[in-house]
Order: sequence, then C-alpha cells, then structure tokens
Amino acid sequence: MNKILKGRVHKYDRDNIDTDVIIPGPYLKIHDHKELAKHAMEGIDPKFPEKVSQGDFLVTGANFGCGSSREHAPIALSQTGIKAILAPSFARIFYRNAVDGGYLLPIEVDEATFKKVSDGDELEIDLAHNAITNLTRNERYAMKPFPELVARIVEAGGLMNFKPVS
Amino acid sequence: MTITEKILARSSGKERLSPGDVIFSKVDRVMMHDVSGPGVIKVFSEWEKKGVKIDRIWDPDRVWVTEDHFVPAADRVSAENVIALSNFTKKFGIKKHFKYGLGQYGICHTLSHEEAMVLPGEVYVGGDSHTNTTGAMGAFAAGLGHTDIAYVLMNGQIWFKVPETMMFRIEGNMPDYLMAKDIILQIIGDIGTDGANYRTMQFAGDVVKRLTVEERLTLTNMTTEAGAKNGIIEPDETTYAYLRERTDAPYTPAHGDSDAEYSEVFTYEIEKIEPTVAKPFSPGNITVARELQGTELDKAYIGSCTGAKLEDLREAAKVLKGKHVKIRTEVLPAAQSIYMKALKEGLINIFVEAGAVVGPPTCGACCGAHMGVLGKGEVCVSTTNRNFPGRMGHVESQTYLASPMVVAASAITGKITDPRDVTN
Ligand code: SF4
Repeated sequence: MNKILKGRVHKYDRDNIDTDVIIPGPYLKIHDHKELAKHAMEGIDPKFPEKVSQGDFLVTGANFGCGSSREHAPIALSQTGIKAILAPSFARIFYRNAVDGGYLLPIEVDEATFKKVSDGDELEIDLAHNAITNLTRNERYAMKPFPELVARIVEAGGLMNFKPVS
Repeated sequence: MTITEKILARSSGKERLSPGDVIFSKVDRVMMHDVSGPGVIKVFSEWEKKGVKIDRIWDPDRVWVTEDHFVPAADRVSAENVIALSNFTKKFGIKKHFKYGLGQYGICHTLSHEEAMVLPGEVYVGGDSHTNTTGAMGAFAAGLGHTDIAYVLMNGQIWFKVPETMMFRIEGNMPDYLMAKDIILQIIGDIGTDGANYRTMQFAGDVVKRLTVEERLTLTNMTTEAGAKNGIIEPDETTYAYLRERTDAPYTPAHGDSDAEYSEVFTYEIEKIEPTVAKPFSPGNITVARELQGTELDKAYIGSCTGAKLEDLREAAKVLKGKHVKIRTEVLPAAQSIYMKALKEGLINIFVEAGAVVGPPTCGACCGAHMGVLGKGEVCVSTTNRNFPGRMGHVESQTYLASPMVVAASAITGKITDPRDVTN
C-alpha cells in the first residue's frame, strides 16, 4: 500500500448517496470490472467516469454508499481510477466492501474539512500520519485514523491476504 | 449482555463482549444468490490465477444458495450467471441450491425462514444487504459483500465490530388497519436513514410479542434502511412454533440478560401510529397516507422480501376482495411455497379477479432489474423497502413505500389511499 496518495478532488455535495445511484440495479448482473466502471455514479452524473483520472479522490456528504450490499459499487468507483473517498461517514457494508476487497480507501473526515475541500482541488493524503494537505489551498486537515484491524487489512491489501485471528 | 452480544460472544469464544470490540466470529450459515454468487466465483477465480488452489470450501452443508434477482433469466448475461452458480454449487457439493422452475425457490430472505435455513442463536451472513431480515428468528443476521462471503466460504469465520444496541419497544394493541410496515417506516422516519449506522436495532414490547413471525420479519427487514448492522427480536414461543412446522433440527437459542445495556431505548404507542408512506426518494421521507390522498399513481406493486410474504398477501387480498384495480397492479409472491399457500387460500383468485397480474417469485422490479420496471415519470406505490432515485426503473420515476394494505387500497382508487377509506 502506497502511504502517500496524491490526486484531484471530485466533489458531490450531497448526503446519503446510495448504491442504486452509484451503480444502478440493471448492472448487477455484470461482473466484468472494467465494464462496471463505465456506469459508475450513473444515477448522479453519467459523465463521472470520463472526468476521473487514475489516483483521484471522491469527496461526498455523510452516509456514502447506503443501500445494498453490492460490491459492484466500490469496484466500479475504483475502476474509474478513484483511490480514496473522503466523507463525514460511510454506510457499513460499503465501508467493509471497500476495505475487505482492497478496492479503495474510505476516509472519514469531519464536517469542516468536508466543507473546505472544493471540486478540482489537489490533495495529498499521508496515511502514515493521518494527514491531508490541500495543495491548491495550502491547508492541512486531519483524517480519522483507521481502526486497528481495518488498518491491518488495508496494509494487507484486502481481507483475502489476511488470516483469521481467533 | 444483549442477545446480539450473547450470540457473538458464543461465536467468538469469549466470556464477555462489549460494543466496539472487534472479533473474529465463527459463522453458522451463509447465503448467496445470483448477484453475490457470481461475485464470489470471480473472487475465487482471481485467487486461482494467483496460484491458490481451491478444491474445497469450509463446510458445504452450511451454505445455501438461491436464484432470485434476475430470474426468470432477464437476458443472456443473467442466464449465464445462473449457469455459473449451478456449476459452483455442484463443484463444491452445496446441496441446498433453490433453483428457479424446480420446485421451491424464491427470494433469499423469504426462503431463510420458510425453509428454516437459519435458527435461533446462530450467526448468519448473506451476500445481500437485507440479510438483517432473518434476525427476527432470534439469530445474528448481517449482510456482507461478496469478498467477505468468499472469505467465509474459505475460513468459516469473519470479522465484526460488536455493535451497540438500540431498543425499540412497541406497546399497546395493534389496530387492524396497521401492519408492521407502518411501524418500521415510522421508526426510520424518526431516526433517519443513518440513524442506526453500525448498530443493532432490537424490537420488543407487547405489540412485537403478539406479532406473527412474518410480520416481525418486516421490522427487521427494513433495519437495513436505517443503516443497522443487524435487526433482532428475541425468540419466543411464536418463533419456536413456527420452526416446529418446518424443521426438527436442534438449536440453542440465546437471550439477553435482564441487565443488558442498550445505547438508546425508544418506546412507541401503537395507537399513535397511522398508515404511513415513505415518499420519494428516501425510506425516511415519511408522512401519513391520508396526507398524500389524491397523489396519482401509475402502478401498484405487491412483491419483495419486505411485502410479499403470505400474511402480506392475505392483508392485501382482504382489501382487494370483490374490488377492481384502477392502475397496473402486480403481485409477486416471495417464494413458491407462499404462492402455493396463497393459491390454496384463494388469494390468487382474488388478485386476478381484481384485475391484477400475478407473477413468479423474483426480486425483478424491486431492484429495477426486470419484470416490470418503471418508465420515465411513472409513479408507483410499493410494498418494497427502497425508493432511491432509479431504484425501480428510470431515474425520473418515483416510488412511494407503504404497507400491503395501503398498496392494495391505492390500487383500487389509483391514488394513494389509507385502507380505512376504502372499506365497504
Ligand atoms: S426483493 Fe428487493 S430488497 Fe428483497 S432481496 Fe430482492 S432486491 Fe433485495
């Protein structure tokens, strides 16, 4: 896992962005990851996949990823190039799927940070120090550290590379 | 400890647990369907590409599979997913595979109780977010993504953070125009769609005690819409009687301690609740049905794991008996066994005579996949559990969520209608 991430922000200022919007129901039969990426965020912004470059960040409102357990959601987003999502909170299955599948990082930030970051900003995220630098605005923010087990799964690159610890 | 903590302590070999503890838990039952199953297959094949040879899974007898989301096969891709699923269950010796068109099959969260696939005190995970439903049987039941399910298939274990429990007591005498759906919509409206994030929603009180198993399942089903990790109801004689009709497999129920700690306790007087509807585009966007009186509709949908159990069909049929629907109305029993019981009780006749179409069990239009999706601008009243933009079809369609009684009453008038306003 690269400890320093750098990319541009795509911001959607909306709470409760659900999995039906991230990847609509008819695409659930698709299991080709590249194909899924073409429909990422289709319910909110059909142009989303074209806008994203490898390594970019998604910044959204609270309770991101609520709704279904479809792992298609983090897969589709990660395949567009998104490396991390910054939000005040995440829905639980989306959070687990993102981490356990090793697709992208769900990073919790506080409301104030969420408000300060704008669409198009360049960010640098230092995972070792839980610090976010806004290169465009020359500001620094804190991120909520990952809980210990989550940090270890992230480190391992996903749950598959992780042995049960009981 | 609460019932959830008791079950998780037992499954993780711990004396005591507290909310916030991270554990690896043994799993008793695992479910996947024609959407999560192919995801699991993909994870397996990726491991194999990396040189991990997988010729067996942890315990094929604890795994069960159904075909529900895209059956009858919506198109070629869906057909191939089902074939892949059959090959998988055959290869790994999974015997409990409920197949479309081959006797009993249906929506996963319906088979789990109809077929007694999950028993009180067990830890049950499924590759579907509404796995929470089965917590009404007194089990710890939580939904997971397909990587987690693949992990469970290999290891028989998975990690959980022990959730805090929110307790909801529903007291009083249930009026005959209300259903469990009205209660859970009211609760979600009150606490919000992230009001129970990462937590357990437990239900108790006089009303819950007297609810049938099927009605209890409606409460736990929609805990997912409040973000809960699991929904749960302590098993009692109602649960045991229901199971006795279906299985003689042994189980060890768990019960919460009398001094169990709840993060919050909510008490509802049932008499204060009215037939309730969630407006587009959120299950938490509620109001009372009478408030929406006159809202024009294009379709009424009675289907899904939430609202097409036998009792849901019975209540809808009571309202529809001898009446005619004014808008397109679809009834899809949630499993073949329920279809059969509805047939024997004469419910299917009532629906067809009222002018509705009765379809095969499927998730179909509930998740906007196939079999009657909504077109641009169409408005639907539905017994399902979600009404996000595009959930049941076009992003510019609209879905109102309501109880089977409200949906049936609305089918008759073509407008959103309180069931009290159509009685003879
Ligand atoms: S009926 Fe709807 S909510 Fe239930 S499992 Fe199927 S798609 Fe999900």
